[in-house]
Amino acid sequence: MLTEFLYLMKAELMITIIIFILLFLKLGSKEMKAENMLNFINVLLVINLAAGFFNIPTGNLFGDMFRTNELFTLEKNFLNFGTLIISLQSYDWLKNHKHVPEFYILLLSTLLGMFFMISSSNLLMFYLGLELSTIPLAALCNFDLHQRRSSEAAFKMIMSSAFSSGLLLFGISLLYGSTGTLDFHELTLQLNDNSLQIFSLILLIAGFGFKISAVPFHLWTADVYEGSPVAVTSYLSVVSKGAILFVIVSVFYNVFTPVANSWYNMIFLISVATMIIGNLFALRQQNMKRFLAFSSIAQVGFILVGLTAQSTEGSSSVIYFILIYIFSNLGAFGVISVVSAITGKETMDDYRGFYKTNPFLTWVLAISLFSLAGIPPLAGFFGKFFLLFAGAGKGNYSLIVIAALNMVVSLYYYLKVIKAMFMDANENPIEKIHSHWQPKIAMGICVGGILITGIASGAYNYIHSLLK
Amino acid sequence: MLFENNYPWYAPLHINYHVGVDGISVAMILLTAFVVLAGVLVSWNVEKLSKEFFFLLLLLSLGAYGFFISLDLFTLFFFLEVAVIPKFLLIGIWGSGRKEYSAMKLALMLMTGSALVFVGLLGLYFNTNDGNGQHTFDILRIAQMNTPVSIQKIFFPFAFVGFGIFGALFPFHTWVPDGHSSAPTAASMFLAGISMKLGGYGCLRVATFLMPEAAHQYSWIIIVLASIAILYGAFATMMQTDLKYINAYSSVSHCGFVLLGIGMLTKTAIAGAVMQMVSHGLMTALFFASIGMIYDRTHTRQVAQLGGLLKIMPFISTVFVIAGLCSLGLPGFSGFVAEVTVFMGSWQHADNFYRIATIIACASIVVTAVYILRAVGKAIMGPLPLTAEGSPPHLWRGGEVDARWNEKWAAALLIVGIVMIGVAPFWLNDLVTPGTETMMKNIGKVVMLK
Repeated sequence: MLTEFLYLMKAELMITIIIFILLFLKLGSKEMKAENMLNFINVLLVINLAAGFFNIPTGNLFGDMFRTNELFTLEKNFLNFGTLIISLQSYDWLKNHKHVPEFYILLLSTLLGMFFMISSSNLLMFYLGLELSTIPLAALCNFDLHQRRSSEAAFKMIMSSAFSSGLLLFGISLLYGSTGTLDFHELTLQLNDNSLQIFSLILLIAGFGFKISAVPFHLWTADVYEGSPVAVTSYLSVVSKGAILFVIVSVFYNVFTPVANSWYNMIFLISVATMIIGNLFALRQQNMKRFLAFSSIAQVGFILVGLTAQSTEGSSSVIYFILIYIFSNLGAFGVISVVSAITGKETMDDYRGFYKTNPFLTWVLAISLFSLAGIPPLAGFFGKFFLLFAGAGKGNYSLIVIAALNMVVSLYYYLKVIKAMFMDANENPIEKIHSHWQPKIAMGICVGGILITGIASGAYNYIHSLLK
Repeated sequence: MLFENNYPWYAPLHINYHVGVDGISVAMILLTAFVVLAGVLVSWNVEKLSKEFFFLLLLLSLGAYGFFISLDLFTLFFFLEVAVIPKFLLIGIWGSGRKEYSAMKLALMLMTGSALVFVGLLGLYFNTNDGNGQHTFDILRIAQMNTPVSIQKIFFPFAFVGFGIFGALFPFHTWVPDGHSSAPTAASMFLAGISMKLGGYGCLRVATFLMPEAAHQYSWIIIVLASIAILYGAFATMMQTDLKYINAYSSVSHCGFVLLGIGMLTKTAIAGAVMQMVSHGLMTALFFASIGMIYDRTHTRQVAQLGGLLKIMPFISTVFVIAGLCSLGLPGFSGFVAEVTVFMGSWQHADNFYRIATIIACASIVVTAVYILRAVGKAIMGPLPLTAEGSPPHLWRGGEVDARWNEKWAAALLIVGIVMIGVAPFWLNDLVTPGTETMMKNIGKVVMLK
């Protein structure tokens, strides 16, 4: 029993162990230098990531509350990977920070919450995981301790997530009231299209919508992204969003199948609104973090197009896109985080003439943005293609036309950044940046991933084979 | 199909990396090879960020080559989009004039085109199957399936207009003048010479070949739009004062012939369309090359400020005149051969509508002669404009004014192509014919000539 427990909860236990190691280090006698601490933590994270690929467990625990299989392990590996990249990229920011262990303790707690959420097979377990993954995030948003904007972001974060958790909880309780169960398998059998269940479905979608910042539940996103430290922003926009999307895919595709028509219409409307509003707001942003915030809202709109497919192609394209999104968005955030940590410059005008002084960083940012825009041969093209391809399989071409035209709009604002970096003249551009090798490695991995994941079809085919 | 290679790429989605060539593709590849080589030769002396320049130029040609050999709609779409962004960067970084505006306009319009193409491709994929419910992106297999006419009528406009934006279909041609005139020389050559042919080729290979019934039903719209483009392009050119704008608008007019030939749906007309693509590609590249050389030396492209170039740069001026004569369809050059083939193909339709369109298209040649001869007369012949001191402008004098070795080679390469097609058109015709015959197997089922 104990060995089974240890084996099945391998990923979660690894994270827990790291959290406790950090806690003891913090409480320990000597004060460690921030650089050494960061190197140590990154080594731990690499080990954690590597361990995820071996001995993949399959099974249930705690009377079917917790389940794991190859797909969930893969999703957890994606999140581990994203966390590692973010950790490497925030080196320049954290090395001057006094509270490195606390940062990682909070960060890894949220990761732990996400793991439980992904593995949950019961709405209660899911809710526990969700709360564990949100509350520390609010503290993380406040991690630029001297900045008022950072506290403001944290406050907005905690308010909006409390509100969305409230909605989710209301939805869950209504669902429990109408079906008498919280277990996913039994829930599927009990669901029929009655109006109370539809109402609880609306509440659940609203709750999820807040977490993935889908329109009309997106209003907190831009302020929180702008106010938080870049590392937290990238974590919010990539890892946290990715985790919720993994859960959405598995819940909607496996549990809510009897009410598929109802949620199809809701997701369809939300997807259209998210793409259009996200794109329109992104057009006018000047701050790079705000800009990426709105662009990531638009990206969620495209992901929801894939979600509407209700087929194996749909779920695999969403999961595949999140992998690509990790590479692309983190590549972009990596550059912004290094620039922001070393020079403090964050607006688009500051990036004018960036290519003259920093060709490497410019290419990293350009490749990431092109990938986000869906330009071949980069991975983003394949990700977007498969999302829309899956959506088209449902036969609703109006959605595909809207999505395809939205891709053109999104290209415009990505090209605006490219234009600023490559073409605009600037009297005093950002000077040559000398960052540590760790952020560079992280950017290299992102660019490598962007270049390879699309052209080599292995990743997609593997995900597809897991979902069959 | 020759040199076929077929590998599964995304096997669960039945996406293959399927490439191969027929006569039409080979002709286009030949064109690409000529133009890229000439483009590299012309930009021998690019000093600003030269590595990036050639990287992007080669990426662009990768897109073009890949597009022309693709036999799978996914592969085709992949390469089509590969060829968009390098243009944006080439124009925006190395261009002149309103380069940022033009680059952005070009990128957004072409992406809109590819978004429409994308919808068309998905529609084709999901609405055809091999009888066992198996969908495919394979062009040759879709061609053998009977796509329902109702489906064709929905998705043909997406594919045709999408590719049409690349190929300067009226009224979506507005990126052409701005893009071409702001681009650096090699990029202009590539844009007009090859990039616009992606559109024509796509219209032919994807839209018309895979959805012949719809092509037949919509052919009158295509012909009307193409005739407008031909005539409008020609008249718009007459109003231009900038050499690059002259050539850009004349490209709209000339590419109208390609779409006209495709819209006519006869074997001869389609062969003519392909020949026009090759001919226009070589001719316009030569034109842009010579304009680029003139601009390098005089720092102006305004016809009014130029004059008497023949006296000081005879080689470049001769090249310019040859390109001009080819453009106005002088026998002996490729333009004549291609245009006559299109006209002969269109005349095979006995219907008055088609004949009127043909006559309108023929009439545009007169207009072409007007603007070409006027530009030649003013810029190449005529007196040298003199400064206040009575001497030719300073920049024009001294040193090496005429073409350097690399420019001579570039021009020679393109002229050889033009003259070979002009004097001995049969080799190009023989090359293209097997390809058009494959096309006609599908199209001929629908279009019966009286």
